[in-house]
Amino acid sequence: MANDIAPALTSADFASDQDVRWCPGCGDYSILAQMKKVMPQLGIPREKIVFISGIGCSSRFPYYMNTYGMHSIHGRAPAIATGLKCVRPDLQVWVVTGDGDGLSIGGNHFLHLMRRNVDLKILLFNNRIYGLTKGQYSPTSPLGKINKSAPMGVIDNPLNPLSVAIGAEATFVARSIDVNIKHLGEVLKRAAEHKGTAFVEIYQNCNIFNDGAFDYATDKVSKFDTTVELEHGKPLIFGKNKNKGIRLNGTEPEVVELGKGISEDDLLFHDEKAPEPTLAYLLSRMRHPEFPEPIGVFRAVDHPKYDVELNKQVETAREKKGPGDLDALFNSGETWTVG
Amino acid sequence: MSTTIEPVVQSHKQTTKIPSATIRFAGDSGDGMQITGDQFTRTTALLGNDIATFPDYPAEIRAPKGTLAGVSAFQVHFSSEDIFTPGDQLDALVVMNPAALKTNLSDLRKGGILICNSDGFEKKDLELAGETENPLNSQVLEDQYQLFKVPMNKIVEIALKELKAAGMSTKEIDRCKNFFALGLVYWLYGRDMDATIRFLQAKFGNKPQIIEANTKALQAGWNYGETTDAFVSNYKIDPAHLPPGKYRDINGNQAMAWGLMTAAKLSDKELFLGSYPITPASDILHELAKFKNMGVRTFQAEDEIAAITSAIGAAYGGAMAITTSSGPGIALKGEAIGLAVMLEIPLLIINIQRGGPSTGLPTKTEQADLFQAIVGRNGECPLPVIAARGPGDCFYVAQEAWRISTRFMCPVMILSDGYIANGSEPWLIPSMKDLRKIPVTHAPEQIDGSKFLPYKRDEYLSRPWAIPGTKGLMHRIGGLEKQDVTGNVNYEPDNHQHMTNTRAQKVENVALEIGPQEVEGPESGDVLVLSWGGTYGACRTAVEACQGQGLKVAHAHLRWLNPFPSNLGDVLKNYKKVLIPELNMGQLRTFIRSKYLVDAIGFNKVKGRPFAIAELIAEIKRVLPK
Ligand SMILES: Cc1ncc(C[n+]2csc(CCOP(=O)(O)OP(=O)(O)O)c2C)c(N)n1
Ligand code: SF4
Repeated sequence: MANDIAPALTSADFASDQDVRWCPGCGDYSILAQMKKVMPQLGIPREKIVFISGIGCSSRFPYYMNTYGMHSIHGRAPAIATGLKCVRPDLQVWVVTGDGDGLSIGGNHFLHLMRRNVDLKILLFNNRIYGLTKGQYSPTSPLGKINKSAPMGVIDNPLNPLSVAIGAEATFVARSIDVNIKHLGEVLKRAAEHKGTAFVEIYQNCNIFNDGAFDYATDKVSKFDTTVELEHGKPLIFGKNKNKGIRLNGTEPEVVELGKGISEDDLLFHDEKAPEPTLAYLLSRMRHPEFPEPIGVFRAVDHPKYDVELNKQVETAREKKGPGDLDALFNSGETWTVG
Repeated sequence: MSTTIEPVVQSHKQTTKIPSATIRFAGDSGDGMQITGDQFTRTTALLGNDIATFPDYPAEIRAPKGTLAGVSAFQVHFSSEDIFTPGDQLDALVVMNPAALKTNLSDLRKGGILICNSDGFEKKDLELAGETENPLNSQVLEDQYQLFKVPMNKIVEIALKELKAAGMSTKEIDRCKNFFALGLVYWLYGRDMDATIRFLQAKFGNKPQIIEANTKALQAGWNYGETTDAFVSNYKIDPAHLPPGKYRDINGNQAMAWGLMTAAKLSDKELFLGSYPITPASDILHELAKFKNMGVRTFQAEDEIAAITSAIGAAYGGAMAITTSSGPGIALKGEAIGLAVMLEIPLLIINIQRGGPSTGLPTKTEQADLFQAIVGRNGECPLPVIAARGPGDCFYVAQEAWRISTRFMCPVMILSDGYIANGSEPWLIPSMKDLRKIPVTHAPEQIDGSKFLPYKRDEYLSRPWAIPGTKGLMHRIGGLEKQDVTGNVNYEPDNHQHMTNTRAQKVENVALEIGPQEVEGPESGDVLVLSWGGTYGACRTAVEACQGQGLKVAHAHLRWLNPFPSNLGDVLKNYKKVLIPELNMGQLRTFIRSKYLVDAIGFNKVKGRPFAIAELIAEIKRVLPK
């Protein structure tokens, strides 16, 4: 439904009257700002938008948006959003979660949301730490990381959120970075426009408990070597001077330098629409420091959406059997009369 | 299909008229005892008897064949009078093997009819049941019961020999012996075979051989009773004097599902069920899943937590939201129930209780989740709790719970149990036009730009149900403590106290809507039996029996467990003794004692089985003031 009579909304219209209470310098601010900027571009009335979150610093997000919102319980936002979307396909539903919320306590729901492909957007603010509970390691903390609950270093092999999502055959998978605001804004917009579950991992700096976790990807100088921007149909090229690329050697990616007998045509070309998730998975496995980490849209394919299918079944059943009559149901089968 | 009471195929033998009978079919879980019991129930319902049933399943789906653990039984109590329980002692017991005999014989009254499939008592069957001697050869059985040894396998084999010649396998033929047993019992109690033949035709429409085989076995059973000299007399039970009207047979889970759909219709809502399978609650999910055309959306979630949270999402979106489970699943839902309490959102949480903590006794009954229902969450987290008293009552409990949930904007817990869920009884078919509407309103849109106040309360302290999509009501809610009226997050000490009091008061206010506690029997006297949930029938029957003996005993049955009816304290004080029978170790008694300071006496048992009327009568007499 277009919002044609009302005056165009601005980013300020999406700010709620609540004070934002993240630590000064937290990456969450930047994500909030981008979200407020993207919202008016979607042309969806505010009352049709719902933000649902679990528990964690990132999960305070809904309070700060002047839309409908629910701050729920730890890890369960995907399931709440699924129920909402099943009965209200007219709403645009966003889920905001953290790496602990989404992958640890909510890991089960995360998986099932992806495989069902419910038509909603899920943003995972990955700071590789538990912020709200003050600094324990999370499922994305790297091996050896020293922190409050692992004073001798983390020994749990970390999860790669994108690999998990792709493994569950998510239909839209992307990554961006809190401070890379232009890129983030574009990715959010594409997620909003995707039909089906759109999963976006956002590298987010927790300057209190894990400051600098993503410095390699945000540092003005090093970022050109440590990240590679994905573009559909384009080769994977990176480096300050666009002189490096990713080539496939059998089924393994390798970093190569352009020139010296290697041309763009030898490189791996990105195909976000590949029906098989293989390429997207391979890209999700490219980690710093061996590889530049891909940012952008890994996968964007079309697939049946759970909420749409559910409501289709309701319609089909109505067409086949009519709207149903409870009196007739009560009187069906064997009955007998007394008196 | 509506039938008036059908003529029974007449037996030429002597017929004895009796007021009621309790019979049980017991065999291996592969013997088809549940179908047999179910068919007997339907046929008997069609004859106009009042009925109550008690299916008793083995704990394992495929327990080793022939063993004690694999015994499956179905009990039917039918009568020409009003009855409320599946009966205590059996008048007749049909057993298909030694394991069934061993586990069920103690419930058969002395002199009762014992029909045994003697072909099921081979050496290996005896070994599986841990017997060395064949009990059918013992004089004790002959002396104490009317013992009939019937070689069912052989008779069925002979009756079906033409089908065998036509290629039917020995295994398929052997499977028909439960219908032989059913036919024999039909003869014994003067039941007609037509309804069962119709059932076979409907169920196996495309398998004419199966229909023929089972029909033949059924008839062979009936003929066996009629022609065998061993059976000298059969029995007749007149139709019961039930209130006039049209009836059908219904079990608790079906009644619950239909009650929920009815509540949706009466409140003009579409129904969303978030559920994760668990015995004995799954049948509600199965039943509701059939009715997508009525706007029913069922979501089989990945676990119980997703089941309830998806329902919370649906409720937030404005649907009639429900989650169904049993004790272990309700335990997982605890945190989310707390969220629903904080959100002050309507939601039905249905607990079909089963036995024991943890996985406990999944197929057995108990009413031991009352503490869990009332206080089993973190923080001060009250919610209304209502319990069904029998199968048909589930239909009405579902509607009343939804009425309260929407009127007070709070989750409501409905308690049922395995015994109610699987048991069936005649159900006076209601008409939609006679049922009370459930008015539900949503906060209207606000276009004047004023700030919406999501926690502004009405006279019952209930807040508005504002749903996404409504213009001008954008607001944020969540589990963190909030400021009253505005709903903003707020940790101030006095506010938390105020909100805690408000949420509690809101639940207390439900008492204004549920009416006073009624009592059956004298308004004051020696003993008040206070019951709740599925023990209703046994308690009522026991109290009536005591009243018949001139004892000053009354019965009060609680429908709402939280809050209690406002006059309950006064009611309790009118009797010298208060006896609270429960299939738990004294949970209601704990609440009653602490709230009313009444020295209530408990009568408690957790054996996975319902109360016997006789044991209740004995207990009432034991506590009578001297
Ligand atoms: C059931 C439950 N268990 C534990 C907690 C405590 N808890 C709150 S947030 C959190 C971790 C949050 O980490 P993350 O999702 O990474 O979010 P961040 O705070 O870093 O944004 C934990 C363990 C809780 N609120 N509920
Ligand atoms: S603790 Fe970390 S994640 Fe949480 S608000 Fe502070 S900086 Fe942000």
